[in-house]
Amino acid sequence: MSQLQYYAPGSVEDAVKALGAGGRAMSGGTDLLVQLRAGRLPPGPIVDLKNVAGTQGIRQENGGWIIGAATPAALLGEHAGLVAAWPGVVEGAGLIGSTQIQNRASLAGNLCNASPAADSVPALIAARATCIVAGPGGRREVPVQAIVTGVGKTSLGPGEFVLEIRLPPRPPRAADAYLRAIPRTEMDIAVAGAGADIVLDEAGVCQDVRVVLGAVAPTAVIVAGASAALVGFRLDEAALERLDSAAQVVCRPISDKRGTVEYRTRIAGVLARRAVAIAWERAEKRA
Amino acid sequence: MTDVIDKPKQDGPDLKVVGTRPVRPDGVDKVTGRAAFGADYRLPGMLTGRILRSPHPHARIVSIDTTKAKALAGVKAVVTAADFPDLDSEEYEAGESAADIRDLSLNVMARHKVLYDGHAVAAVAATSASVAEEALGLIEVVYEVLPHVTDVVEAMSPTAPLLHEGMITQGVTPPPTRPSNIAKRFASQRGDLEAGFAAAEVVIEDSFTTQAVHQGYIEPHACVATMTEDGQSVVWSSSQGQFMVRTYCAKLLGLEVADVRVIPAEIGGGFGGKTTVYLEPVALALSRISGAPVKLVMSRDEVFRATGPTSGTAITVKIGATRDGRFTAAQVELKYQAGAFPGSPAGAAVMTALACYDLENFSIIGWDVVTNTPKVAAYRAPGAPMVAFAVEGVIDELARNLGIDPIAIRELNGVRDGMKASYGPTFRNIGFQETLQAAREHPHYSAPLAPGEGRGVAAGFWFNVGGESTAALHLNEDGSAVVVTGSPDIGGSRASMAMMAAEVLGVGADRVRPVVADTASIGFSMLTGGSRTTFATGMAVTQAAQKVVESLKARAAMTWETGAEHVAWENGQAICLDPAKDVKALSLAELAANAARTGGPISAEVSLNAQGAGPGFGVHICDVAIDRETGHVAITRYTAVQDVGRAIHPAYVEGQIQGGAAQGIGWALNEEYVFGDDGRMQNSGFLDYRMPVASDLPMIEAVMVEVPNPRHPFGAKGVGEVPIVPPLAAVANAVRGALGFRMAHLPLSPPKVRAALDRSG
Repeated sequence: MSQLQYYAPGSVEDAVKALGAGGRAMSGGTDLLVQLRAGRLPPGPIVDLKNVAGTQGIRQENGGWIIGAATPAALLGEHAGLVAAWPGVVEGAGLIGSTQIQNRASLAGNLCNASPAADSVPALIAARATCIVAGPGGRREVPVQAIVTGVGKTSLGPGEFVLEIRLPPRPPRAADAYLRAIPRTEMDIAVAGAGADIVLDEAGVCQDVRVVLGAVAPTAVIVAGASAALVGFRLDEAALERLDSAAQVVCRPISDKRGTVEYRTRIAGVLARRAVAIAWERAEKRA
Repeated sequence: MTDVIDKPKQDGPDLKVVGTRPVRPDGVDKVTGRAAFGADYRLPGMLTGRILRSPHPHARIVSIDTTKAKALAGVKAVVTAADFPDLDSEEYEAGESAADIRDLSLNVMARHKVLYDGHAVAAVAATSASVAEEALGLIEVVYEVLPHVTDVVEAMSPTAPLLHEGMITQGVTPPPTRPSNIAKRFASQRGDLEAGFAAAEVVIEDSFTTQAVHQGYIEPHACVATMTEDGQSVVWSSSQGQFMVRTYCAKLLGLEVADVRVIPAEIGGGFGGKTTVYLEPVALALSRISGAPVKLVMSRDEVFRATGPTSGTAITVKIGATRDGRFTAAQVELKYQAGAFPGSPAGAAVMTALACYDLENFSIIGWDVVTNTPKVAAYRAPGAPMVAFAVEGVIDELARNLGIDPIAIRELNGVRDGMKASYGPTFRNIGFQETLQAAREHPHYSAPLAPGEGRGVAAGFWFNVGGESTAALHLNEDGSAVVVTGSPDIGGSRASMAMMAAEVLGVGADRVRPVVADTASIGFSMLTGGSRTTFATGMAVTQAAQKVVESLKARAAMTWETGAEHVAWENGQAICLDPAKDVKALSLAELAANAARTGGPISAEVSLNAQGAGPGFGVHICDVAIDRETGHVAITRYTAVQDVGRAIHPAYVEGQIQGGAAQGIGWALNEEYVFGDDGRMQNSGFLDYRMPVASDLPMIEAVMVEVPNPRHPFGAKGVGEVPIVPPLAAVANAVRGALGFRMAHLPLSPPKVRAALDRSG
């Protein structure tokens, strides 16, 4: 990391221009700078998005939430309204790195770094969050799951960057949760993760559910069989067993220093079950 | 918690300073970031060095072409093994263990062959880090890649790739005719093994493995070195022994010892891993060529790949006992990975394996085996934790099998004063039984367990050593004092030095400033290791202080015109006992202020070779809760009981006990070197080399048992190493209790625990 070109544009237009010229997007820099320093990425111009209008802050609009792309994860946990509405999304953000890292790290950075183990991504996908992507062609809104296409790869085109992350309005009796498994208790990277978002009807029966797994495939994966396992049912051991199996089916993990295929697959089922149980309990309390 | 002043112990001598908890003398520098560690030194015109490391675990070096690197603008020096003398084998004693100078030289810079991923092959010094990095890429090394072996058991196979083509196993008669990777066989036995097992009513045998783990000091190796045209050399570096660095640099570069001065930096952790050299001779070689000071700092990746670790092991233990729990015989075979060069702690492991127990019949065989992994370095009680993991695991099974309480079976078989230790000497003033009793009586041991939790107990032993130390005490004109030693402070020893000097002088610890001096400013001292510093250097400090007190008494006598025999030293002042004199006591400050008129400056230096270090014993109690779905083991309560002789600074002793336990817990649960099929380390960073974080551990309760060592002026025994010996077994025994079956292969990481649970149905 000898010579570094650094740009800190203030407008979306300038940011698009700088990125289009070959710059690398940075918000907190907690992944990018580490990768540059370790020599895993060749040195290149950095475009710091923290000053770009619209990339900072959390606000409510039409019942939903808009989170600026470079907003530090720490602020999410300090935002009472967001914590109440989307506890699972906040839990995911609150597990990125460490407290110190979260003073810089952002949701969009965690997403666009495109690690399969990104802690904030499963809960965002479970929440049906979307991204406002700014680029040379203007702005487009895409679901979070459409951003990451593979390990270290995104669907963002030249000059494009994530400007905002949007969370939809909450119906009553809805709640989410995120859990991950790590060998330690903190300062670690997910061996597997599970985000769950659930909506119950007045009788406490599951109306809608989405469960998303992290670190068990090249990208976060939606548990396709979750609806079949849970919708129309109350929370019981049988329902959770069906979900456990449905979760294991979608796993396509690798064996590496962090865990084996067998371990990751089994643990994904466990986490899916536990995350759904937590989200369910939270949803019931909102009845 | 260290600013609380305890009352002196009532059961010992009347001590005013020893046994209290003053604020550490190096504390402000450390908490404010002012303390200067190895990487903090910079000199005018200093160059930045970088080391080129082998990407192969085993290869022949066909050629190294440095032409392009040397031609790069900004490159001032490039060195390879050709720039170091090609030394003959020579054993050299410089710390806890002997080093072979040729092996050390070959480890510092590979010659002919690289023996592990990360082995240094060349180094550059340049005007900036980026130029140095670029130059590394311009060095052309042609390797002939060879088959490799990283596992200790595989390395012992007759078909394994040979690291050293001429290596014949030592310690075997007659000597083998063919070379192998087995460097040495160690053996220790007593009595009649066969008869012992024949007398047993229960025999338990099991095989265990542990993985290589790193000391994990937070400060990477770092140094600045400069050599002038006439060979005068100065090194600033962080190590456990500036005299060790001096000796090794002189030997490896062919210099006179007097021409090398080593200035110790503050040290950010060592744990045994900084008892050797990696960078200092290379920085000096680069400085010799460039004529400029050279700084070398390792990255964490380099620390993992090229320094430390301690051995991965395979150990089999068989113990027989009568129905009432008395051991009749024990048989231990241990295989220790040495890394690229001979010198695993297998010998120490053989000596410590059964040291806690009174056994009439035993046999212990140890094997020191080279592998294509970094050369192991000392790590806190080198060799003992792994064999304790195995032995204490088998004892735990025996206790379960016989329905005997695990502490009771250890009390029944544990060593006592007057018994001949398994490793030779006769035990005197040991505190094993007292430690076991304190553990048994501790509330933790009788506290109920939550459903599904398990409790484990394990004991551990370490020799502790004395050795050569020098200390000087200089009295200042205002009555304050400076105590100078050559012992780097890796565990709070500076505070202890000041306290022991203050105790003798009869002043407060804050009146004595401790300094760790460079090799030109104090007499020789062995490195800080073997839990020797507070014992041995503390003895030198105490004697130097006593000499100063003698001088003060003589000066008071001179002032009073009486004989020195009429002067007593009490509470920091000279008191006249001569009934013919009616004089007031003379304080330390008064005597110091008057020094010029009574014979000049008051100071003393003592050099000694301290004998009589007292061995240490620890007993740990560990509770675990296991998430049976994720395999995660949580330590829910941990108590570490240890005989410490007498705690000079109890807070530091507690800190040593807690730190040792924390490292041992990490070793048991998650730490391990992971090698790929390509022989390269897969986890050379703190993300994937999983040391415990604060939230992984409960408050570790340290319980100090004080059975004083009469060979030390204040009763001190070494305390730093014992606490890492029991935890591997304590954790594993607790997991055994929770699971209902034993896991004999470390680490007990979540994937392995879950897989074991799945297998057990």
